[in-house]
Formats: sequence, C-alpha cells, structure tokens
Amino acid sequence: MLTLIIVLIVVAVVLLSTATFLVTGRRRGRRLEAPPGRPPAPPVTRPTQPPRPTEAGPRAPPQPEIAEPAVAEPAVTEPAVAEPEVAEPEAAELEVLEGEPEVLERPRFRDRLGKARNLFSGYLTSVRGREKIDATTWDELEEALILADVGVDATAKMLDDLRSRVRKEGLTTPDALVDALKGDMVSLLEGDRELHLQSGVTNVWLFVGVNGVGKTTTIGKLGQRARRDGHSVVMAAGDTFRAAAADQLAMWAERVDAEVVRGNEGGDPGAVIFDAVQHAAAKKADLVLADTAGRLHTKVNLMEELKKVRRVAGREPGHVSEVLLVIDATTGQNGLVQAKQFADAVEVTGVVLTKLDGTAKGGIALAIASELGIPIKLVGLGEGAEDLVDFDAVEFVDALIDAD
Amino acid sequence: MFESLTDRFDTVFTRLRGRGRLTEADVDEALREIRLALLQADVNLKVVRDFVARVRDALVGIDLSTSLTPGQQVVKVVHDELRQILGGETLKVTYASRPPTVILLAGLQGAGKTTTAGKLAAWFKKREGRNPLLVGADLQRPAAVEQLKVLGAQAGVPVFSEQSDPVTVAKKGLAEAIRLGRDVLIVDTAGRLSIDAELMDEVRRVSETVEPHYTFLVIDAMTGQDAVATAEAFHRTLELDGVILTKIDGDARGGAALSVKEVVGRPIVFASTGEKQDEFELFHPDRMADRILGMGDVLTLIEKAEAHVDAAGAEEAMARMQEGRFSLEDFLDQMQQVKKMGSLSGLVGMMPGLPKELRNAEIDDNALGPIEAIIRSMTPQERRDPSIINGSRRLRIAKGSGTTTTDVNALLDRFKQMQVYMRQMAGMSGLGGRVARSAVRRNNKKAAKKSKKRGR
Repeated sequence: MLTLIIVLIVVAVVLLSTATFLVTGRRRGRRLEAPPGRPPAPPVTRPTQPPRPTEAGPRAPPQPEIAEPAVAEPAVTEPAVAEPEVAEPEAAELEVLEGEPEVLERPRFRDRLGKARNLFSGYLTSVRGREKIDATTWDELEEALILADVGVDATAKMLDDLRSRVRKEGLTTPDALVDALKGDMVSLLEGDRELHLQSGVTNVWLFVGVNGVGKTTTIGKLGQRARRDGHSVVMAAGDTFRAAAADQLAMWAERVDAEVVRGNEGGDPGAVIFDAVQHAAAKKADLVLADTAGRLHTKVNLMEELKKVRRVAGREPGHVSEVLLVIDATTGQNGLVQAKQFADAVEVTGVVLTKLDGTAKGGIALAIASELGIPIKLVGLGEGAEDLVDFDAVEFVDALIDAD
Repeated sequence: MFESLTDRFDTVFTRLRGRGRLTEADVDEALREIRLALLQADVNLKVVRDFVARVRDALVGIDLSTSLTPGQQVVKVVHDELRQILGGETLKVTYASRPPTVILLAGLQGAGKTTTAGKLAAWFKKREGRNPLLVGADLQRPAAVEQLKVLGAQAGVPVFSEQSDPVTVAKKGLAEAIRLGRDVLIVDTAGRLSIDAELMDEVRRVSETVEPHYTFLVIDAMTGQDAVATAEAFHRTLELDGVILTKIDGDARGGAALSVKEVVGRPIVFASTGEKQDEFELFHPDRMADRILGMGDVLTLIEKAEAHVDAAGAEEAMARMQEGRFSLEDFLDQMQQVKKMGSLSGLVGMMPGLPKELRNAEIDDNALGPIEAIIRSMTPQERRDPSIINGSRRLRIAKGSGTTTTDVNALLDRFKQMQVYMRQMAGMSGLGGRVARSAVRRNNKKAAKKSKKRGR
C-alpha cells in the first residue's frame, strides 16, 4: 500500500508543479478582452448544446467568444405564462404576501430586528452604565466585535484607534466609549449607497456571490422594488447550473410582474444575459436584473466564466451599472476573501447583506466595507418581497453591538 | 478547508519545538497565537476560550522547566485537545429493522439542504446499495421541489411532494415509502431561521410525524460565529444526530465545524466537497484532526487509492522508479490513476509532509489537460526516451498538443528533475516527506526564476 502512496505522491507532485507552471505561463498570454463588435452567441435554445453534465466532469471551462451563426429566438417566458404545476408551490407564501397591506412601508432595521434583538440582545449590555473604563471594558468590546464576525484583525484595528481616541479626547465613561466606537464604525461604513441607473441605455445589475447566499431571492425582491419605482424590469436567468434556478426566478418574475429571459439548463450564462439585454432593449425596458450561478471564489474556471458574463452584459446596448456581491450575514471571515476575489474579477460596486434577520450580526460586512471600500447597499431582513431595504449604517451598528 | 489553520499551527509548533527551555512567557505567546489562529478560522469565541483554558490547565500539570523537550510537550497537549474537540466516531448508519430508515435534513436558508438531499440519496443508492425516496417538504422557496426533482432524477431516486403543507407532505411521503418498499426516506425541509418560532415549530411537527432515525443539521462551512447559536437552537428543537458540512471545497477555514461539535456534542457526519453529486463523503473526525495538525490524511488517501488505483500497475511503476526507468509513458498511466481519485487539490490536502507552497497551490484540474496532450503528442519512442526530442520533434509535439515549445520544454525539464528525486524517494522505505519537500522547494524556485525570465 505504501508503494501506491509513494507513486501517487510523486506523480501528483510532478503534475502539480508542471500544471502550476503551465497555467501561470498561459494565463499571461490569454487575451482577456474579446474582440469588439463581434456578436456573441445567442444559444438560448441551441438544440445541440448538451445540458451541463452535472455528474461527469467539472463545469465547462470558460469558452472563448465564439460567433454562432445560428441566431435562435430567445426563449422569453412572459410572466403570465407559467406552468400551472410550477406556480402552485407559492401557495404557502402567497398567503403571507396577501396578508400584507397594499401599499407597503419599507420596514426599517429596527422593526425587523426587533424580535431577534429581544431574544439575542447585543453583547454590550453590561458595558454601558458602568463607572469607568477598565480592562474588562476593553475585553468585552473585543468580545462583542468578534462574536459579531467583525474579525480579529479589524477588531484589533478598531480598538487601537479607539484607544488613541480615548487618550486624545479624554473619554472616561464606558458610555462615551461605546458611542465613540459606534461613531467610528459608522464612518467606516460610509460610501456610495445609491443603486445607479443611467438613462438612455439598458442598465444591467449583475448579482454575484458564492452558493446559497440568496442571489435569486434578492433579485426577486429588488425586482418588486424596481417595479414599484416605475421601472420596466427584465430578469435574466443566468444561473444555468443549479437545478431549477431559472424556475425559481421565473416565479419571482411572475409575482412581481417582470419579464424573465431564460436559457437551457447547462447553457451559456453569458448568452442568456445578452439575450435578456437585447430583449429589454427591444421592449424599451430600462433595467435588467441578471442572476448568476453561485460559485466559490476559489474556482478559477468559474471566476473566468463570470468575467466573461460581465463583459457580455456590458455590450451595446447593455450597460453594467451595478455589480452587486451578495453576502450571507452568517458568513464568517471567509467573507472578506470572497469579496476580494469577486471584486478583483468583476469590479463589485456594492454589497447586499442577506439574512440579517437571524441571529448573525453580519459584522463581516464592516470588514469588507472598511478594508476593501465596497459599500453595503442593501440589506435582506426577511423572506417577503418587501424585506429588502436600504442599508442604514447607524442602525446596522446599533444592531451589531448594542442591546437596546 | 483547514489549510491555513494547519499553517498557523505549524508555525507555532516549529517555534516551540526549537526551544531548549520554555518560559511562561513563551507558553503565553504560543497560546495567544493559537487563540488568534482559531478565531481567524471562525471558531466560536467561547469554544476558543475553553480550548485555550484546557490547554493551559493541562500544561500546569507538567513541569516544563525540567522537561528536556518542553516544546514537544506543549505540542502534544494541543494535539490531544484538538483531537478531543474534533473527535468522534465516523457515522455508521444503522438501518431500521422496519424500513424505511428516515432521515430529516434541516438548516438555515442557503446552507445547501436540497443539494445535500440529492447527494445523500445518491450516496445511499450508490455506496450503500439502498433504495431511497426523497421527500420535498420545502414548500417555501419557489422551485425548491423542482430542484429536488431534478436532483432526484440525476441520482435515479424518486421524489415525492405535493402542494399541501410540510407536515402532510412528510406524512404522505412516509406512507409512500412504505407502499413502494423504499428502505431509506430522506426528508428535505425549508430553510428557516433558528429564531423563527413558527417555522421551528413546523419543523418539529414534521419531525414528530416521521420520527426520523437520523436528524442532520446542514451547515455551510463558511459560517462564522453564528454557527453555534444556530446549532444550539436546532438541537433544542430537533435533537440532532449529526451535522453535514457543505461547501468545504472553498477556502473557508471551517471553524464552524469545530465549534458545533464542541457545543452540541454531535459530530460532523458528512462533508460536501464539490458541486458534483458524488462529491460527498462520510466525515472522519479523527482524520480531520490529523489534517489540521499537518499530519495529512493517509487513511483516506489509501482508501481512495485502493478503490481507484490498479495496485499491480503501481508496483511496477514503483519498481521502475527505483531503477530510474520511469518513463513518460508510466507517468501518463499513473496520471490517469490519479485523476480517477478525484481533484488534485483534494488529494494534496491528504498527503502528509508536503510543503506549504504545494499544499496551498491553487490547482485547476483542467490545467492537467495540456500535460496530457503534450505527452500524447509524443511517439512511443519519445515517451520512453525523451532525450531524442530535438527541435523539430519539439515543434511537432507543440503543434500536435496545441501548446508552445516552451510548454513542452517545461514539462520535459520538470520530468527530468523529478526522475532524480523519484529514485531517491522510491528508495526510501518511509514516506519520504523530506525529500519530496526539498525537491519541490527547489523546483518551485526554478519555476519562479523561469517565470521571471518570461517577464512575468
């Protein structure tokens, strides 16, 4: 048996070192930009395209831009036409939706977080109201921040800054200290929170992130918002990998009265999004919400695929005006690595922090905002369509560390 | 998943081992580093605190000042404690005497329950030879049942669901399993927050209805500090039997895995290692502890090798290595074997004694394509004796494989260098970690120089 392992190790080592070399050598030579003006493949209903083999082989590597001569009709599902079988699963949730009043106030952090906070109040209750600042105070602050997933490094940096502030400003009470910390955190979170829309072009908002963070759901909710704000919305089912992801998006589209453009399962996501942009332009819709398959930022192929998707989405008449990284509030320190990788790949313009209505505090978003300068733009606070709200730094910080 | 934790521990341990005497300050320093490493890996703060306290307690009992190898002793204590934390038996499924054996999956939204249900069904069918039935009780998320149906079809496992309510679906699912004579029932539930009293009550009722033999919590490996609160809440409601850890193929440090085991006292039973349906394995807690401690996971490696590699062929290859006759042809053969065993990066994580640079190298398995193409573009004669490859042969090989002559050269250079070490390594009776290590270091240096020359 030892023999096997030795042979294995030797072969793997040779493979590894050679593969690493070939890849790095190669990547340099690869042209990242596609030749301009070349039409992309519109293979939405391309019959020859085999469904992505989910069982055999990794996902297809990013393909070079190939001009497909066959221009197929984009498969556009009008919202009204949904398979009855598919529409049914909503029953449970429709009830919830119907229960809401017609005109909805967007819920604020505070209301939404109310129930969570009563159960799991912030970690700092005991700090405030004490007489003086001592070692315990600092320990408790550190603890609160770490438990909120802010991270060891970011916490250390914040507390160091706070220490020098204490000296400079002569803060003496824990109350003042906590307020100062909160002030610091709020200013760290400053940034451009607007969701940008350009007039005269077909705006594309691209949603990216690792698996299971809530990209599709976020698009659904945002679609509702955009419809309410009077935009004409096309949803692009760019997640051609996960089983039934397009169905999920189609249901949202129907629910919020938007159109959806979808391709084959296993098809080329870039092509689906390109078709969606074309369709939007033809229908004079001003906003395309483009879904992508969840991908771990460590998968080189998939990140290359994403770059391509972004390029294709930006082709005339499309204009990528937002690239939103969706991050789950329960994410720990890996969130920072994710954000870095996605930002490098597709120039992320903002973060959507989802599932903040649970017990997780989403402190990693603070680290992302402060270290990478990517602003948090939206926050998901529940399952309903109206539960996606604008980010509010003050309330976020309140919820992060304070009890009341 | 645990690579960076391994690296951090490695650094601390190396420093400790080098000391002839340890002062209290040295120990404090080491403990502080360990604490930081664990926190950065998302291990829950409370768990970390207990862990460090236990290590400290254990150290108090040892008189470090009189010990000849104090560093070694600290390392041992940390080892033991870590094994304790991660420890636990590998799951051995006990099938119900009156089928079906019922398995309930629960967890937060987006943890990967539905995907896991599909993988679990495939696991039971293919590895255990059972006949599972999937029940889609996630009526909340749009198209969740559709997703399950697709996954079921991939696994060749039927799926039951209907538009009523989760409790009814579960009940009918159970009846259906009995009617069809399916011996394993896997119930997928909707994602829910642990503080959502209503939904937690619903999942409790589902559980009471089907009386699962196993209740598994599905947790994302990237989860941070919150993993503990979530696991505790689900454990209170459902009495968990184990945890399924998903998305461990990313670079998350997996602290959640350690925290959850420590807090709810339930082991991790399965880990999902990739997007493909068969990338799903039983989790071996003790092996994982070794892996974190930088000791590789030879057992898993051997298992994989036994399952996929032709032993006689490997013996022969080994013999040829020893004699220095290991040719590119053998290499190609062995490469095929390695490929059968799964992704390279996964394998590398299990190998003991590999240097950091290699362990953490980002390996895209598709990069193996060109290597194979180059070798396949050679004539048998060239494969046996690469020294005959001259300029025109090189050009032909490059053209044939769609690469460049530089690539061909790179491969040949590497192979030549490695041949020397292969002989050394094969000649050793043990697992020649050190040799491989130095070989690789040297190699990497050369590669670095080369790439510099290419103007990178």
